[in-house]
Amino acid sequence: MFKYIIKRILIAIPVLLGITVIDFFLMSLAGNPLQMLQGARISQEAVEVKRIALGLDQPVYIQYFMWLKQLIHGNLGVSMKNYQPVAAMIKTYIGPTLLLMGTSLIVSMIIAIPAGIYSAVKQYSPGDYTVVTLSFLGTSVPGFFLALILIYLFTIKLGILPSSGMTTLGSKSGVWDVIKHMIMPVIVLASSMAGNNIRYIRSSMLEILDKEYLRTAKAKGIGSFKVINKHGLRNALLPVITVFGMEIPMLFGGAIIIEQVFSWPGLGLMTMSAIINRDYPVIMGVCLISALVVLAANLLTDILYAVADPTIQYK
Amino acid sequence: MKNKKTEISGKKAVRGRVLKRFFRHRLAAVGLVFITIAVFCAVFAPLFAPFDPNKVVGDFGAPPTKSFLLGTDQVGRDVLSRLLYGMRISLFVGVAATAVSTVIGVILGLLSGYFGGFLDMIIMRFTDMVMSFPYILLVLVAAAIFKPGLNTIILILGFVDWPGVARLVRGNVLSIREKPYIQADIVAGMPKRYILFSEILPNTIAPILVYATSVIAISMLDEAALSFLGMGIQPPRASLGNMLNGAQSLSILTSKPWLWLPPGIVIILLVISINFVGDALRDAFDPSGK
Repeated sequence: MFKYIIKRILIAIPVLLGITVIDFFLMSLAGNPLQMLQGARISQEAVEVKRIALGLDQPVYIQYFMWLKQLIHGNLGVSMKNYQPVAAMIKTYIGPTLLLMGTSLIVSMIIAIPAGIYSAVKQYSPGDYTVVTLSFLGTSVPGFFLALILIYLFTIKLGILPSSGMTTLGSKSGVWDVIKHMIMPVIVLASSMAGNNIRYIRSSMLEILDKEYLRTAKAKGIGSFKVINKHGLRNALLPVITVFGMEIPMLFGGAIIIEQVFSWPGLGLMTMSAIINRDYPVIMGVCLISALVVLAANLLTDILYAVADPTIQYK
Repeated sequence: MKNKKTEISGKKAVRGRVLKRFFRHRLAAVGLVFITIAVFCAVFAPLFAPFDPNKVVGDFGAPPTKSFLLGTDQVGRDVLSRLLYGMRISLFVGVAATAVSTVIGVILGLLSGYFGGFLDMIIMRFTDMVMSFPYILLVLVAAAIFKPGLNTIILILGFVDWPGVARLVRGNVLSIREKPYIQADIVAGMPKRYILFSEILPNTIAPILVYATSVIAISMLDEAALSFLGMGIQPPRASLGNMLNGAQSLSILTSKPWLWLPPGIVIILLVISINFVGDALRDAFDPSGK
């Protein structure tokens, strides 16, 4: 067990290095920062001085190691637009994004667990078909289109929910105000995720319901509630742990688009404006940080899985 | 002679069972009909479209009338014609991007699963790395680096979305490789190319096909999202996503629903149909099913 965890961490290290290489490679594809400097007023000598100052006269692999050294010290570079350190920018914007992602994840599970169990227990009933059809609808609606419809309904027609930002300008930022701003983005993000999760939980539950130990539990006559929720659910949720790890990159991607529609002041909004402005240090910083988060999440879910499932033998 | 006959009838029986199991899913059957109609309309869009999709033919933003069934857009182009051409582009992007990612994924998965060892480790770690980056983020960054357009979008979506297929194929190859008939091939000294492409690949086609349908659905959603953000298919060329782009402005959202509702509904119907078909295929090909 302990050995497995160590092995899993050791595997993550080359992946981590690889991520930095891909990130650096993407950045060099994007062109070098000198091209952005060049203009009529900048002399060739000044560009040359800057080139040496930035270390661009060195071979590529030395540039990579120089960049990596900075990275280890927590220096992600400086934005080309507003000259703020990228690390500081990410730190200020990551909070709202994590709030949005975390809430959506929880809401999607609150929908998906009961719906998935119901669907599996009543397999092939009209209720099961309804749940599965709705889950497909959840995954098939483009998030931004659902967002438009929600804005149309709740902001324009009914006028009860705000459609942009995280707090109302000028008002004291109470918790209720933030919650009101969160309702629509969370619905959009959670519904697409819940769609996937319902089907995962349903199929994993169906598999468990077929197992002998569940038949034993049923035969003992402890009542179907206990059978399903105590013996079934615990085992059915195990594979769902891995699904969490897989869904974090999806969730992050969804957040980028949804934050754009709702002007939610998070990492996605910042990244999109960096992409439009071709602010490469910021884009690469976000890529790197999000990849690290995903890697860490996968590592964590793998280890959790190993801890939670005593039947699996790791060599 | 007799053997051949039973083999053929056996194949027919398998096909019949697969078809029967597929059509047990009514929604998938409906979806298949819808996809067929949509593909037909998309392919023959030049015949069906009442107007040139890129020409100004009417008033600015006029509501639906008899001559313009879905109204006109902000610059006076016919929305129905643009919808047909947009569907054509969106379906094409979905299928082409999936073809690119499936080819890459299948090749890497086959190599990784069959040869194992060092090559397997390199390919799988590379897959892990690509999978660590949030998919949409990579696509957006690539769209920012390369000039957006039809071919760029297809290549970007294709080159980013292969890890899933690669893992799937690798897993299948690992289990097929241990089967007696492959072991027999190896002992008989069959060439590796033959074993890989004529023995292993055909036996893993069904799961690849099922997976590919879901990739088509995802690619179409991603194209829509990218074009909606202005990083995908560039106007004046219509795609279902960039037709929705205008709805970001509040006045269009409030007063001109004919501009944004139809493309949105078409995307949902197409994607959900593809997902239903994929789900039914999974069921139909499932060897453990009844």
